Amino acid sequence: MIDPGLEFFIDPSRCIGCQSCFHACAECDTHRGTSMIHLEYVDRAESVQTVPVVCMHCEDPACANACPADAIKKTADGIVQSALQSRCIGCSNCVLACPFGVPQYVTRIDQMMKCDQCYDRTSTGKRPMCVTVCPSGALAFGTRAEIERLRRERPMDVFRFGPETVLTKVQMMMPAGIAALEVDVADLVAEGGGDGGAQGLEGRLPDFVGR
Amino acid sequence: MAKLPQDVDALIDRYGPHPASAPAGGWDAAANPDRLVKTHCSFCGVQCGIQLKVKQNQVVGFEPWEDFPVNRGMLCPKGVKRYLQGGHPDRLLSPLVRVDGGFREASWDEAMGRVESAIRRIQGQYGPDAFALIGGASLTNEKAYLMGKLARVALKTKNIDYNGRLCMVAAGAASRKAFGIDRAANPWSDLPEARCILIAGSNIGECFPILTDYLWRARDKGAKIIVIDPRATPVGRQADLLLPVRPGRDSALMNGILHVCIERGWIDSAFIEAHTSGFEAVRAAVAEYTPARTAAITGVGAAAIEKAAEMWGTAATSMLIHARGIEHHIHGVDNCLSCINLCLATGKIGKPGSGYAMITGQGNGQGGREHGQRCNQLPSGRDIEDPADRRIVADRWGIDETELPHTGLASTEMMQAIHEGKIRGLLTICFNPLVSLPDSDYTRAALEKLEFFGVIDFFMSETARHADVVLSGSLQEEEEGTVTTAEGRVVHIAQAVTPPGQAREDWKILCDLARRFAPFARFPYACTEDIFRELRSTSRGGKVDYYGITYNRIDRENGVFWPCPEFDHPGTPRLYEGGRFYHPDGKARFHAVEYRPPAEDVDDEYPVIMTSGRVVSQYLSGTQTRRIGPLLDQYPEPMVEMHPKLAARVGVKDGDAVRVTSRRGSLTLKAQVVKSIRPDTIFIPYHWAGEKSANRLTIRALDPTAKIPEYKVCAVRVEKAS
Repeated sequence: MIDPGLEFFIDPSRCIGCQSCFHACAECDTHRGTSMIHLEYVDRAESVQTVPVVCMHCEDPACANACPADAIKKTADGIVQSALQSRCIGCSNCVLACPFGVPQYVTRIDQMMKCDQCYDRTSTGKRPMCVTVCPSGALAFGTRAEIERLRRERPMDVFRFGPETVLTKVQMMMPAGIAALEVDVADLVAEGGGDGGAQGLEGRLPDFVGR
Repeated sequence: MAKLPQDVDALIDRYGPHPASAPAGGWDAAANPDRLVKTHCSFCGVQCGIQLKVKQNQVVGFEPWEDFPVNRGMLCPKGVKRYLQGGHPDRLLSPLVRVDGGFREASWDEAMGRVESAIRRIQGQYGPDAFALIGGASLTNEKAYLMGKLARVALKTKNIDYNGRLCMVAAGAASRKAFGIDRAANPWSDLPEARCILIAGSNIGECFPILTDYLWRARDKGAKIIVIDPRATPVGRQADLLLPVRPGRDSALMNGILHVCIERGWIDSAFIEAHTSGFEAVRAAVAEYTPARTAAITGVGAAAIEKAAEMWGTAATSMLIHARGIEHHIHGVDNCLSCINLCLATGKIGKPGSGYAMITGQGNGQGGREHGQRCNQLPSGRDIEDPADRRIVADRWGIDETELPHTGLASTEMMQAIHEGKIRGLLTICFNPLVSLPDSDYTRAALEKLEFFGVIDFFMSETARHADVVLSGSLQEEEEGTVTTAEGRVVHIAQAVTPPGQAREDWKILCDLARRFAPFARFPYACTEDIFRELRSTSRGGKVDYYGITYNRIDRENGVFWPCPEFDHPGTPRLYEGGRFYHPDGKARFHAVEYRPPAEDVDDEYPVIMTSGRVVSQYLSGTQTRRIGPLLDQYPEPMVEMHPKLAARVGVKDGDAVRVTSRRGSLTLKAQVVKSIRPDTIFIPYHWAGEKSANRLTIRALDPTAKIPEYKVCAVRVEKAS
């Protein structure tokens, strides 16, 4: 059981794109050399802004809802787990359904695997591996009171994808006063009336990058 | 004689670099280690604490060391994957000697005998100084000390220097001039206490990633962050003020900032009066650097220069930190002095949250420059031309002062001395000059002229391929020792495993060689701690005083900061408290700096500025990190960073092949078209060899004092490759 007082925080305004989190994740015994998380440049041509992507552990996980084999379970402490080996049929519905791009279909074992917030570590009082190594504090794991005392940004856990609102266990650190992050993907594709992302996310979502 | 013994492809096939991606013995070994060993990372000067997983005498993984106070478990990707050097397929397991068509394994007796006889022959024929040694700043303090003593006591050559010549010497010379001592003035723990942090020429997010956390903690407390860099680096992107300086104009910019501080009264006259000398000359020198004139020289807007001065000058506490960006210049020492002038004039030094630090690039960039492997320095920072210092060291070493050689050549001058026939034989350890020195073709030609070339290394570096004898040495985790981190903290490198196969601990190789030329009693060490004891006692009473530091204390106290003159002395994390400096009069010295242009400026033929540096996933010449698969995957090969405006002018799109040509050579690499760099400048990372080596383009121009090369600015032409 993860200490219910401890939460996971992501702060892209601190991220330096070093990929320590990505590499450290691959050290885990359960997925040996394959990282369950990723780190992306938002738009390298425009900026060196990067964002680490771990599982957000949604309150109502789209991956589990989309699973035809009912293979994706959430623990009592809110952790959305990798697909159960005995149930997973390798269909990749979850991979397509996740709004954050987290689950991976692993060909070698014909099964979906995903970030489980290092349950082996967090359930025994340690911090997740990615958080432990992160050199910038872009990934943090602690109490909300502590993070609010130490940091300038504020935790936020509401993501609006058009009409869909996704509530997450993992907190995104945002400038104070932002209650929800609006993500309108149409702005970023040419067919949606946008410019295909030519101006970059940073231009669209200035608050997302801190200041 | 030192031309390649066989073609490069065959050498690469046999000795690598090959990327390793899984732990030695497979993932099962990593899952069930025999033990965890607390030690430090093998790479940069931050020297993060790390626990290495050991299974059957092999390093197979890592576990964060969360109790070590500097990094508290944090690691950059190089630290996370450094363990993949353990059990690496390219690892040299035996000494090698050159034969027709390649190398063959040899016994230690044969290999060492060859080195010994080559040294005797060359020194006998051409004199003692015709044989040179070059060490490195990744060596432990003990090995750095041993290198200097080996050269001066055993081989009696004056020509001993180190690869820190490419790294720390400009900052070191400036600090000695201004402060009378060479060390970062403040510990990292002062950074979060600063209300303004000025970062000059340091890509902290990629070169010293762990320090980013210190910056953001300062920002959380309201600090303003100013970054001076021609690129919007990961930290620069988030800075309150990014000053994208035209490469090679740093001292003008610092003079301009100081000009505004003086004009607006943001200086500390009482501090200047009480604790410094030479301010009036600086005041006069910077009087010419009005914001408008400074803007014209530096390419940074006048308003931004005034803003930087305001942020620095009005903050309650300010820290200035810099790295190679301002140091890799023919005016590197001047650039550092111009930074120090700002700290001194504003009294921002020697106080909690106020001060100055150069960030050493190599693991032992600090200790590596203190213990006597430099051409102009004896152990403990003692001056090789100072009679009193010479006597102290000669007495300690049991030789007559007259036997002690004087100043030799800097490593950056040795290639020319080889070309001129002054140096005929060379032994290097921890150095890959074919990749790391400027103007690689000149370096290659020098190596080919050597009558004898010996290399101590654990992998076959590009340079080692030219050797007559390669002595298979040790990885960092294969021997015991100490390292002095960038903040002046002496830490303990623990031996986690013994060297594999016939490979040997470096310190034993160096002692073996020394004892072939000097009585055993001069090199009587049974372990590295014996060497450290001698180093401590030699340092006693000097400026770089380690006397009170022991292996036990280091382990107990998470490292000890020098100066530490007694066992009950707590060490000195912050220098210059109370305005006390290390010159005889106790004062700091201002040095007026006049901006002068770089060695090679742009012109019609070569209209673009090239600058070079690191990426986060690679380290120095790449001998280690180009053998680590996941790090190579992250950034597989060098790209030419250029602004869309420059790309449009030369007709290049992102991903196109571009040819970059300087007066030294030409490279064809992929373009990375990004808005995060000045339009008049391109950037190429330097970690690669051969056809991808940025240093085939860089210029062989040195700072007259420090002899550091001007890696950070030269003139090139950029064209779309056909």
